[in-house]
Amino acid sequence: MYDFELARPTTLAEALEMLAEEGSDPLSGGQTLIPSLRARLAMPERLVSLMHIDELKGIEQRGDALHVKGGTTHAQLVHGAYDIFPGLASLAGRIGDPAVRTRGTIGGSVANNDPAACYPAAALATGATIHTSQREVAADDFFLGLFETALEEGEIVTGVTFPIPQASAYEKFIQPASHFALAAVFVARFDTRVGVAVTGASEDGAFRWKEAEAALTEDFSVAALEGLSLPEQGLIADVHGGADYRARMAGVMLRRAVAALA
Amino acid sequence: MQIDLTINQKSYSLELDSRVTLLDAIREHVGLTGSKKGCDHGQCGACTVLVNGRRINACLSLAAMHDGDEITTVEGLSDGELSPLQAAFIKEDGFQCGYCTPGQLCSATGMLQEISEGWPSHVSDSLDGPYELSEAELSERMSGNLCRCSCYPGINAAIRSVGEKA
Ligand SMILES: Cc1cc2nc3c(=O)[nH]c(=O)nc-3n(C[C@H](O)[C@H](O)[C@H](O)COP(=O)(O)OP(=O)(O)OC[C@H]3O[C@@H](n4cnc5c(N)ncnc54)[C@H](O)[C@@H]3O)c2cc1C
Ligand code: FES
Ligand code: FES
Repeated sequence: MYDFELARPTTLAEALEMLAEEGSDPLSGGQTLIPSLRARLAMPERLVSLMHIDELKGIEQRGDALHVKGGTTHAQLVHGAYDIFPGLASLAGRIGDPAVRTRGTIGGSVANNDPAACYPAAALATGATIHTSQREVAADDFFLGLFETALEEGEIVTGVTFPIPQASAYEKFIQPASHFALAAVFVARFDTRVGVAVTGASEDGAFRWKEAEAALTEDFSVAALEGLSLPEQGLIADVHGGADYRARMAGVMLRRAVAALA
Repeated sequence: MQIDLTINQKSYSLELDSRVTLLDAIREHVGLTGSKKGCDHGQCGACTVLVNGRRINACLSLAAMHDGDEITTVEGLSDGELSPLQAAFIKEDGFQCGYCTPGQLCSATGMLQEISEGWPSHVSDSLDGPYELSEAELSERMSGNLCRCSCYPGINAAIRSVGEKA
């Protein structure tokens, strides 16, 4: 690691003031950032820890939506959301392993936008809103590609509001060594629409599978997906699986999720 | 920077570089070498310790983030005598080389605590328990701790023999 200073503010206002200074980056659970620092892929002059800020933690129901504050860990979300949004609790309960879930946060995960991260799929499928220290951004406008988001320098994720579907399922085909998704699909069924998003598969990160959404909105059944498959273009091909394999697995995950809900 | 750590109920006041991970602080600076470094990437679980009773990978956390936390390492599980879980690992042949064992022990201790607090896992049949320590539950709940010697049958038998009594 390159040398850095570490600050541990206890209020959001203090943290934002520190982050406004050049060379400062936020540190949440560190489950992604610490390995990148170690590999010298990041060289902040100062890390501003968000882990000791109470106002950034917690989960609450807001009407038909679930609001999760940015510093909430995956484990806290699992236990806070079972009753309100079980599909999201189930997703959070399968991120990495229990030790990763004790530390990793939703804010860190959506800000990082790893192409195999789980939360972006739920955010896109439900039409979530990402709250930042400066504004509110629709999920569709927030995730901009591989490790790219709409966040500006010094801006942090303070929460995510997920509309709560009538029913939802997350089917995740894991790469067993890392527990990340090789291909995973989140299906959210609302009164008048169905949201479908895929993660793990695309070089551009999680994305909505709009053909699947249209077919399922018309007729929510596995049969309605007859002949539907993901084009291989732009899908990830690596040692764990080729683009054809990921396309195929995304189709299988989609059908499993629909079968579980239909 | 000045960092105060409480490890196994003992306080340590350390002057450390901000880059020092919790794992390196525990092993290299405090001298408790029970916790092991397998991958240094959060993937193997050899470095699992308990922070305020919850399991974390010590290699993926900075020591300075734990000022004021209660940290328990494998050395803190026994109180002169082996803990029931440690004794069960010996009785049930829960290890071969032993490298993963400190992490397995800390993780299983945290896991049994989670079960006693009613935490379901992804493979649980219901959200309300009680949770049987089936193969599926144990593989899921211990999925962060790899054993290169593949002593999983012994590890699971050891955890089960303690968990079922609890
Ligand atoms: C073994 C292992 C398995 C994993 N498996 C999965 C998996 O299956 N699915 C999955 O989704 N993830 C997985 N992860 C990643 C994990 O969920 C991380 O916790 C998450 O990606 C990053 O969250 P963090 O809180 O640790 O962020 P950090 O590592 O602290 O930060 C990540 C990045 O985001 C920035 N950042 C942090 N917080 C904020 C904020 N509030 N606002 C703006 N920027 C911020 C940081 O500057 C950094 O660039 C895994 C990680 C490990 C180590
Ligand atoms: S050394 Fe920490 S998880 Fe492998
Ligand atoms: S006993 Fe050798 S790695 Fe587990």
